[in-house]
Amino acid sequence: MRKIMVTLKRVVDYNVRVRVKPDGSGMATEGLKMSVNPFDEIALEEALRLRERGEASEIVAVAIGGDECQQQLRTGLAMGADRAVLVKADSEVQPLAAAGILLEIAKKEKPDIVIMGKQAIDDDCNQTGQMLATLWDRPQATFASEVRLDGGTARVTREVDAGLETIEVELPAVITTDLRLNEPRYIKLPDIMKARSKPLETLAVGELGLPAVPSLKSVGYEPPAQREKGELVENVAALVGKLRERGLVT
Amino acid sequence: MSRILVVAEHDGVSLHSGAARVVSCGLAIGAESLDVAVMGQDCNAIARQAGSIAGVSRVLCLDREENARPLAAVQAPQLAALAQQGYSHLLGPSTTFGKDLMPRVAALLGVPQVSDIMSVESGRRFKRPIYAGNAVLTVEAPADHIVVATARLASWPAASEGSEAAIEAIAVDAELPAHSRWLELKTAETERPDLQSAGVVVSGGRALGSADNFSMLYSLADRMGAAVGASRAAVDAGYVSNDMQVGQTGKIIAPELYFAIGISGAIQHLTGIKDAGVIVAINKDPEAPIFEVADISLVGDLFSIVPELQAALEDS
Ligand SMILES: Cc1cc2nc3c(=O)[nH]c(=O)nc-3n(C[C@H](O)[C@H](O)[C@H](O)COP(=O)(O)OP(=O)(O)OC[C@H]3O[C@@H](n4cnc5c(N)ncnc54)[C@H](O)[C@@H]3O)c2cc1C
Repeated sequence: MRKIMVTLKRVVDYNVRVRVKPDGSGMATEGLKMSVNPFDEIALEEALRLRERGEASEIVAVAIGGDECQQQLRTGLAMGADRAVLVKADSEVQPLAAAGILLEIAKKEKPDIVIMGKQAIDDDCNQTGQMLATLWDRPQATFASEVRLDGGTARVTREVDAGLETIEVELPAVITTDLRLNEPRYIKLPDIMKARSKPLETLAVGELGLPAVPSLKSVGYEPPAQREKGELVENVAALVGKLRERGLVT
Repeated sequence: MSRILVVAEHDGVSLHSGAARVVSCGLAIGAESLDVAVMGQDCNAIARQAGSIAGVSRVLCLDREENARPLAAVQAPQLAALAQQGYSHLLGPSTTFGKDLMPRVAALLGVPQVSDIMSVESGRRFKRPIYAGNAVLTVEAPADHIVVATARLASWPAASEGSEAAIEAIAVDAELPAHSRWLELKTAETERPDLQSAGVVVSGGRALGSADNFSMLYSLADRMGAAVGASRAAVDAGYVSNDMQVGQTGKIIAPELYFAIGISGAIQHLTGIKDAGVIVAINKDPEAPIFEVADISLVGDLFSIVPELQAALEDS
């Protein structure tokens, strides 16, 4: 039976507006509500549905970061993951380094499918899944809106700029999720209780013995240029007048 | 000075309009030379289009059967091999094509990737949006390594046309995997302009209420030669297809004129239209966040306003 690995990144909740620290040294995230990256939640939901359809038997959720990431792993366990692994890292882990860490976990866990969010809503990089697939020397199916398994292959429909593209990849493979793949379930109270007794293993990133990889230096943060609030028009005639004034419509 | 390689996106028939924008980004880096790589099958016509972009030194054609359809796993090893021929920068578009492919190349080369370059501070320093555009981060790529990056198309003007760069057919030595197969592409057939390059875009949100009601926006768009876009809520509800979504996880666009009709203006939507010239918002809720960024705001019911607007435009 297939085994699925999913990744859960801890990020500022998507409903919270994050601001740049006044000195430009970073983002003011202290005290903000933290959640599982929404795309990763979709990844886990897809894994759960595959298991419920009898197409997978085991789901392991992986996070990289500080001890506080246990919260997101517990959320994943409450949603229905069987086990969780936290790779403890104190400093920022960029996509290339994260892919290197996930590769080590994948070598150990030997999943048939790794499902990840297509991007994390903090750094918005959209890289880690592709990089893991590359280092693992396996196929990737990014931006998935539909996943169908058939023996040793996955048929994945992808949301691309031109429409919907379908590719077929041999397993093991990395799949990254887009928004319309599914709608994640709500967690029920008894599930939270049950999750407490599920296994959550931690290991220090140092134990993996990985060499340092080149990384980007964050030089500074700034707020985006603001658009100025414009003018209110009373009716359609006034709107059309303004547009004509600016030569935008004929 | 830098030797830049730009990877061109195309659909097998013509060059993607983003290529000229990625070239602009490359030129901003200060290019000693700027080559464009076209991967495809029988891609001479596309190569000629690429060669006509001002500032392009050479077009390198990787013409082979395996490149007939874009598969990142197949194209990445070729691009990585090519990039190692003395290039300092490898740039692609921040489209689903580039987002799929470039991290794979970066990982093969063992370097980090800079996603969504908005501006170039120096050959290694770039600005990019994070947190759905709530902040701009300046990053510096490590010295002594090739820079792999995607350019945020809406931040760059299209480089002009009219050149005629040399086209060279080249072959690279790369082992291509057989584990991925391309099956099909379903596109919504439309005669309307492309959302990513249209000068005018009319977008509708959840308030449209049905796929049928979107026809109001199609007629309005056709009157103005506009493309039609949508919020995520409208796509999720099935009113329109996914390729029409504008925003953080859809298309980032910069038309001269943008209509947000029955769209509340969530941050994830706004990040897709920050660079639009003039934003017109039509919403019945005077408190809707879209009005904070709109240049021209009209409060009212779209179901009466849109037909009135159509009539007013027809009148002239
Ligand atoms: C990870 C993530 C990524 C996302 N990415 C995107 C993205 O790329 N693009 C995107 O758009 N969203 C995205 N979203 C969703 C976003 O948060 C909003 O939910 C979405 O944009 C809302 O769409 P809407 O404005 O159409 O709907 P609503 O927020 O429901 O707004 C409808 C608006 O219509 C107005 N209205 C209702 N009836 C009428 C009427 N008769 N006449 C005039 N006005 C009327 C209402 O006042 C309201 O302001 C993302 C969310 C998440 C979590």
